[in-house]
Amino acid sequence: MMDYQKLLSKRITGLKPSGIRRFFDLAGEMEGVISLGVGEPDFKTPWIIRRAGIRSLEDSKTWYTANAGLQELKDEIGEYLSRRFCLEYDRKDEIVVTVGGSEAIDIAIRAFVEEGDEVLIPEPSFVCYHPITVLSGGVPVPIETKEEDEFRLTPQELQDKITKRTKLLVLPFPNNPTGAVMRREDLEAIAEVLRDTNIMVLSDEIYGELTYGGERHVSIAEIDGMQERTILVGGFSKAFAMTGWRLGYACAPKQVMAQMLKIHQYAIMCAPTTSQYAAVKALRDCEENVAQMREEYDMRRRLIVDGFNSLGLHCFEPRGAFYIFPCIKSTGLSSEEFCERLLYSQKVAVVPGNAFGESGEGYVRVSYSYSLSHIQEALKRIESFLTTLK
Amino acid sequence: MKRLLQLLERDAHLTTKQLAVMLDRTEQEVTEEIAQFEKDGIIKGYKAVVDWEQADHHYVEALIELKVTPKADRGFEEIAAKIAEFSEVKSVFLMSGGFDLAVNVVGKTFQDVAMFVAYKLAVVDSVLSTATHFILKRYKYDNISFAAEEKDERRFPSL
Repeated sequence: MMDYQKLLSKRITGLKPSGIRRFFDLAGEMEGVISLGVGEPDFKTPWIIRRAGIRSLEDSKTWYTANAGLQELKDEIGEYLSRRFCLEYDRKDEIVVTVGGSEAIDIAIRAFVEEGDEVLIPEPSFVCYHPITVLSGGVPVPIETKEEDEFRLTPQELQDKITKRTKLLVLPFPNNPTGAVMRREDLEAIAEVLRDTNIMVLSDEIYGELTYGGERHVSIAEIDGMQERTILVGGFSKAFAMTGWRLGYACAPKQVMAQMLKIHQYAIMCAPTTSQYAAVKALRDCEENVAQMREEYDMRRRLIVDGFNSLGLHCFEPRGAFYIFPCIKSTGLSSEEFCERLLYSQKVAVVPGNAFGESGEGYVRVSYSYSLSHIQEALKRIESFLTTLK
Repeated sequence: MKRLLQLLERDAHLTTKQLAVMLDRTEQEVTEEIAQFEKDGIIKGYKAVVDWEQADHHYVEALIELKVTPKADRGFEEIAAKIAEFSEVKSVFLMSGGFDLAVNVVGKTFQDVAMFVAYKLAVVDSVLSTATHFILKRYKYDNISFAAEEKDERRFPSL
């Protein structure tokens, strides 16, 4: 008999499974559930992008690409960052194409974090930063963001958490799950704190194309003196509705990228070739598609924010991503209780806020990457649920 | 204005409140604008899109190509108006290409439609010829899919 528990790495067995997953497994076993839970677009990948992928297969472009990715694609990424953010990266040595934004996050953290290094993670936020830090022997240090600050990271809270061991700050904006964004002035203030330190920023900008209300996303790398201390992570999943293609990228200063690239080489070899050809098309010709999807998300966002506020579940106005993060404290239930009871009584699935860090307690994450009629039906059910609580 | 029309075209059931919220306008603005659209004839009407086949009613529709002789000073208007008057006629279009008018005709049976074409349509003054194409199945109509409902395949949350 093998004693796997003894054999398996304690670091792995000690990791908690994702709280989002657990909840979905529950919902998956029930019939007639309508979900407001998923974290991916409901739109299909625009046809011309799919067509480009198909064409690459027809042309037998089925080999590995260079480790860091197709030069053609890296050029397009460089071009995009230049026109969109006025950011100049060396298109040969400072960009790597990764398997989703997730891999970019992984290799960035692994390239920096050693035993005992502290990684600052604003929370609530996406669930992967913490475990990857732990796997590298690092110590995750959560920084609570608050609704009264519109879930932004404040310079003071950042300052308070910096120690001699701080190596990395994760900057997850536009934010999943809160929908919070950091405006230019917010980033200036963060940069001010970081400038005299040796702290690197891992800026996860996977939702960078999805901001609403006229203001477009600003990258911290744009702020004076920040590009040299920033690893910028982006990707195709959210903006181009390409989640299944698994494609993202990271940009970093040359010396940093050389090391990140080693991890990528040994672990991944290269990102999927078909996806890379499709992505070239996405960056070249799909600005209009992205704008249309953004406009559609924006209308749903307004509708659902208004819907929750009308139901008495206070909801701060999110300016990015495709989630709202309503406060459910008025129901007297915990996040988990709220979600479980809503699921069992009305068959609506949303995700408890504490799955994204303890500071998410008292909130739930609701995705609006669903059709208008789906959202309206869910709102009706939630309304019925709330009346049963009274 | 365009977005309001697009939303209504997609779902006329949306309340003025919902429309106002989605478009970041006041409810009154939206109400007034819709009234104006109706007054100006930009919005022609509101109705349900029914899948009669599924409702199990006898329903036959045909697309009829008409070649006609236009009138000296009234072009196709007069003949088009005349044809549009028939209650069996669902739509009338002036077309470019190989024929002049495209007419959608609805009846309970194939026979109904054929008889209508033979005895009512073909004999209208200035109709030169007709070609009747029966519609066998609808896959999409007015932006609404008539095929089986699409399933949300996003069963796997990212994490």
